[in-house]
Amino acid sequence: MNAWIEKQRHLIDFTLASLARRRTKNFGLLLVYTLLVFVLASVALYTHALRQEAAQVLKQSPEIILQRMVAGRHDLIPPGYIEKIGRIRGVQAIEGRLWGYYYDPVVKANYTFMAPAAEAVRPGTLTVGPAVARSRGLAPGNTISFRAYSGKLFSFTVAGVLPHSSELVSADLVLMSEADFRAFFAYPAGHHTDIALSVANPLEVRNVAAKLAAVLPDSRPILREEVLRTYASVFDWREGIVLALLSAAIFAFAILAWEKASGLSAEEKREIGILKAIGWETGDIIKMKLWEGGLISFTAFLVGFIAAYVQVFRFGAPLFEPVLKGWSVLYPRFELVPAIDSLQVATLFFFTVFPYMAAVLVPIWRAAITDPDAAMRS
Amino acid sequence: MRLRPSSIAFVGIGLAAAGFAATFLDAALLRERGAPHLEARGTLAARLGLTDLALFTEARYTRHPSQADLHSAFQDHPVALEHFPTGSLLPPPAPLIAHYERLDRKTAAPD
Amino acid sequence: MIELTQIRKAFNQGQPNEFWALNGIDLAIEAKKVTAFRGPSGSGKTTLLTIVGCLARPTSGRVKLAGDDISGLPERFLTDIRRSTFGFVFQQFNLIKGLSALDNVMLPAFPTGRPHRELRERSESLLDRLKLAHRREARVEWLSGGEQQRVAIARALVNDPKVLIADEPTANLDTALSREFMGILESLNAEGRTVILSSHDPLVVESAAVDCVVSMRDGQLTRD
Repeated sequence: MNAWIEKQRHLIDFTLASLARRRTKNFGLLLVYTLLVFVLASVALYTHALRQEAAQVLKQSPEIILQRMVAGRHDLIPPGYIEKIGRIRGVQAIEGRLWGYYYDPVVKANYTFMAPAAEAVRPGTLTVGPAVARSRGLAPGNTISFRAYSGKLFSFTVAGVLPHSSELVSADLVLMSEADFRAFFAYPAGHHTDIALSVANPLEVRNVAAKLAAVLPDSRPILREEVLRTYASVFDWREGIVLALLSAAIFAFAILAWEKASGLSAEEKREIGILKAIGWETGDIIKMKLWEGGLISFTAFLVGFIAAYVQVFRFGAPLFEPVLKGWSVLYPRFELVPAIDSLQVATLFFFTVFPYMAAVLVPIWRAAITDPDAAMRS
Repeated sequence: MRLRPSSIAFVGIGLAAAGFAATFLDAALLRERGAPHLEARGTLAARLGLTDLALFTEARYTRHPSQADLHSAFQDHPVALEHFPTGSLLPPPAPLIAHYERLDRKTAAPD
Repeated sequence: MIELTQIRKAFNQGQPNEFWALNGIDLAIEAKKVTAFRGPSGSGKTTLLTIVGCLARPTSGRVKLAGDDISGLPERFLTDIRRSTFGFVFQQFNLIKGLSALDNVMLPAFPTGRPHRELRERSESLLDRLKLAHRREARVEWLSGGEQQRVAIARALVNDPKVLIADEPTANLDTALSREFMGILESLNAEGRTVILSSHDPLVVESAAVDCVVSMRDGQLTRD
């Protein structure tokens, strides 16, 4: 056992001493390799954390949102529509929602105006999202005016700012009372934007939606699971875009690494001949090469992953933020809660470490057929 | 006596492996620290009936990717979601803004 | 110690450029003696050395080492025997460039898994004995020809082999260095090591250190 360990250490000593001979070249390869792992790991960690965040937060959103369609376009819910739904078994609560968009030319950003049913906002006051407060420099007690689409100017007092920790879902919200909302947008009385239904039993949701579609043929139910799937796909898509952009770089590196690892120069071939002549077996040379591939790829994986983690969760992913999150004027500031998918890490490990080790092994069959007496015949 | 290359490699790999393990510990720590905020976000979403993350606020039709809107694509096919509702990666070029601002909106800036 | 019976060795067998380097060699090499193969280039000296040293297998014929037939052994066993029984000093020295003299000396012992400290001490004492202690950390390509050969000798001795095989050892050395080499050879022989070498240098084959000279021509022995 000790002899075995000692032998492996000798092989590692040799392979490292060999690598150190072409220090710049090999270090460069390690650096590029690490960089590639870093990029891939960053993308994987970031999108996974975003997906997790969306899933965690939105699993508390309403089970069903019912929209009405007119001529295939989204339209307002007219008065009496909610009553038409009547009583459907399994539905705990039905409420008409009031929300819309407002474009603020001062900061050139879109806000989401909302008159929450669950929350009493005093008429004449607003509760604003953190990004709105930041971009307009608002604090509780301040007054702010918005010119409505009708041209009329409305003034409000800021009653409160939503907490920074909720920014990911509330950055651009402006909460107001129902009366203010209707007055501001000249929203027809009795109309709603859409209807939120809460269903207690998750198994009932599809049945309820089917019944809704039957009772109200001009409606379109949106299930929470669809919302969750939408977000999963949005981030998958963005991850895919980044990977597609990176694929050229990945292939370039793959070719470089393959060339480097599997190419056997005349010099190396001569060295393998010498090693065989002085008493190394083919197996020893294979092990030595495996150590070389393993050490390089494992180091690249570990360092690349650590750097990616620090970049994404400690420094807020400055490198990939724009591509993965997108751009907008009112950008939420948030700290992503780390979520590491072990399967993803294992996949990354597999695809970074094993191909390289395989590439390193390719020339071995050529080494195996190098006769030991080649050293003598040089 | 000079150090053996394998010793240096073992120390290096050992440190890196420790760093690797540390990322998982750090993640657990940050998760624990962020848990109340995550909870608060969930509660707010439940209270206000929020359906979407406020990540894509650059246009009205991208703000709520999960909700059908006048401009959203594929809103009827049951599984054909608009996967990439927001394509913007960078802000629009600043020099153009002044030029187009006059046409910006019917609403003028409030006084 | 080593007995060769009807050794024939072909290169490129079955092809138009087929070439028989050895053509029926019968030879017994005595232990603890210095044996020299002499002959013009192309006479098959080096090929014979590769067969004696288990670097290559004969196309036909038998090789017996200390009474055991080793010509049919698989590569792994042959490597084992080669590592423990033979030490090689090649004509071009065949050191691994870029590594230090000490690393080069230690190389043949790596697959044995000998403890590092012991191996290092052994290698250092060998270099010391060959008056290279001061050059042990130097890269081998920075050494002179004579120094390189002494590194090669130290490397050949690190596994403490019974037999030392040297192919044209003085081909790249001047007279003074060749004499020095023969001196080293004598001292190794005095320790009880068998030495087998090939050369066409009179300084080597006519030296008093050589016990037995085997003359060759066209792949056959010529008794003189």
